[in-house]
Amino acid sequence: MSTIVVDNTFDDPLRRAPLVLNHDRFDTVTEEVCRVNEEPHPPLAWYITFGISIFLFGILGVMVLYLLVTGVGVWGNNAPVMWGFPIVNFVFWVGIGHAGTLISAILFLFRQKWRTAINRFAEAMTIFAVMCAGLFPAIHVGRIWVIWWVFPIPNQMAMWPQFRSPLLWDVFAVSAYFTVSLLFWYMGMIPDLATLRDRAKTKLKAISYGIFALGWRGSNRHWHRYERAYLLLAALATPLVLSVHSVVSFDFAVSQLPGWHTTIFPPYFVAGAIFGGFAMVVTLAIPARQLWGLKNFITMRHLENMNKIILVTGSMVGFAYMMELFIAWYSGAMYEWFAFRNRMFGQHAWAYWIMIFCNMVAPQLFWSKKCRTNILIMFFVVMCVNVGMWFERFVIVLSLEMDFLPSSWGYYSPTWVDMLTLLGSFGMFLTLFLLFIRFLPVIAMAEVKAIMPQADPHHGHHDDDDDHHHDVEKAEVKS
Amino acid sequence: MTTLPTTAPQSTTAKSDPIPDRYLYGVMAEFTTPAQIMKAAEKVRDAGYRWWDCHTPFPVHGLDKAMGIKPTILPILAFLGGLTGVVLGLLLEVFTNATGFEFWLVVPIRGYEFLVSGKPFHSYPAFIPVIFELTILMAASAVFFGMLIFNKLPTFYHPVFKSQRFSRVTDDRFFLVIESRDPKFSRQKTRALLEELDPVSMEELES
Repeated sequence: MSTIVVDNTFDDPLRRAPLVLNHDRFDTVTEEVCRVNEEPHPPLAWYITFGISIFLFGILGVMVLYLLVTGVGVWGNNAPVMWGFPIVNFVFWVGIGHAGTLISAILFLFRQKWRTAINRFAEAMTIFAVMCAGLFPAIHVGRIWVIWWVFPIPNQMAMWPQFRSPLLWDVFAVSAYFTVSLLFWYMGMIPDLATLRDRAKTKLKAISYGIFALGWRGSNRHWHRYERAYLLLAALATPLVLSVHSVVSFDFAVSQLPGWHTTIFPPYFVAGAIFGGFAMVVTLAIPARQLWGLKNFITMRHLENMNKIILVTGSMVGFAYMMELFIAWYSGAMYEWFAFRNRMFGQHAWAYWIMIFCNMVAPQLFWSKKCRTNILIMFFVVMCVNVGMWFERFVIVLSLEMDFLPSSWGYYSPTWVDMLTLLGSFGMFLTLFLLFIRFLPVIAMAEVKAIMPQADPHHGHHDDDDDHHHDVEKAEVKS
Repeated sequence: MTTLPTTAPQSTTAKSDPIPDRYLYGVMAEFTTPAQIMKAAEKVRDAGYRWWDCHTPFPVHGLDKAMGIKPTILPILAFLGGLTGVVLGLLLEVFTNATGFEFWLVVPIRGYEFLVSGKPFHSYPAFIPVIFELTILMAASAVFFGMLIFNKLPTFYHPVFKSQRFSRVTDDRFFLVIESRDPKFSRQKTRALLEELDPVSMEELES
């Protein structure tokens, strides 16, 4: 496929920007997307990153084993800071997941057609991020062999989980979120798995894709129920995604500690989750579209749109930072104000200022269209956001260091086990993501085809009186 | 990949022996554009056929109407699933945390009257998050599995899969299949009806 660079980032509202470049036929779309899975060898960069990621994944395994064999004493968690890296990493990873559901559910309800090119791998990112997130509370319980206590399973001790605790709500919220995201992701993939099945060159591929394609044959009676199911799942996932990070924020907000006990937490956490998640989507999209030549689908306009969302949610997060600071001072609650002064000028002030720079200042570059459409600047900003969002949770958790009684004040510093576990979780995430790119359809082909102008049954009948279709862009790009 | 036939409609079964009537699943016509399948669907619907279907690589906007498909009852199923979640969540929480009621299921299950900080046993506001999550979980599962069940999926065997050309249904081709069990089906008339619609290929399917 020859690529002609087309600028589809124009702002003229009278022209509809093409979302798929250089394609005016459906079979070329199939060809280009399936090439990612069908080429005999992935690019060299895939092997290198996969090697590094699986090495880090191995380190994660070793660290978890070391922890389970030795005990949570190998971490830096101490008496005032009972929750150290594990909760920071948990909230960080859960947050990353939220962008996937936002793209697949909320943007679907808002009829944002550009979502189709990025929803598949954003959803994959959600699933893998939630898997990484789930790991941390599980190993944090200390005695992993009784982890089943968190689930309401009848037992001889007649003991049940405490349903009034936000930590228990979290178990339900994250499990429900993972299950629904998985169903949504898989359902969206069925037609594309059928495409891979029908194109398979070997028996093994045909059978393995065939099993997961469930015998999909594109029947319109099926499509009818499928589309309705998709809409319903989107409508259900929307309140779910907003609830999940709200429940995560309750872990903090329901406690009675200065710096945590605030009502701003749920909306602020949700905005932050979407902000951090979109940054991760862009981080993964930039190399992926480059390496596998997906620039015709994940176009500059898609990246620009995501950057706009990063700007909006980043500003919301910045507003929340300022507002909680203002309320800490304005409320006159001395402990609250003390906690915030500590955040700004205390022993971990550097973390606070990293957070402010990365989350509040850096995304402001996106006010300029030049920055929104420049790959290097974009990459710099999203990396800032990735770092900043991790530090945001670090700053929040470290409010534990100095609470009410000076005698119980302490200092937190992570150990090498903490560090390597965090690094290892990135290995796990990237390993799963790279395997996904190699073996599963990266772009929702059926959905992308459906938003092409050629998919409209009235396409090409522009001259008749049926004028409500006049805005459908003609296939202006020839290749 | 197969190349496009440049000639007019042709029967691909002509080469092999014709399928006996009792093994005939139906007749399949292949189209290249959404507009064509749309027109074809309207024609077939108006001709009064009931056992027929369109197969497309993506949902074609308006094809449901052109085929006269009745709306699915999935939304009702979603509601019932959600309702199950509410009831399940509420019972779970009230029963396990708020009552000392003993109940035999398979094992003796007894609630745990969890008195924390003097909070009431029936702490409904605190019970909401779990009920909410279970509602969504049950409704979403009902939608997903309901969709599969109504669509009779997984179905790994289907007569259409025997056709070589049909593999392009997940790529860029649009197929219309009229089944032989339709009361209006007649080998000649149905073929003639489909021929009129100008398909790129037509073939008979063996069941």
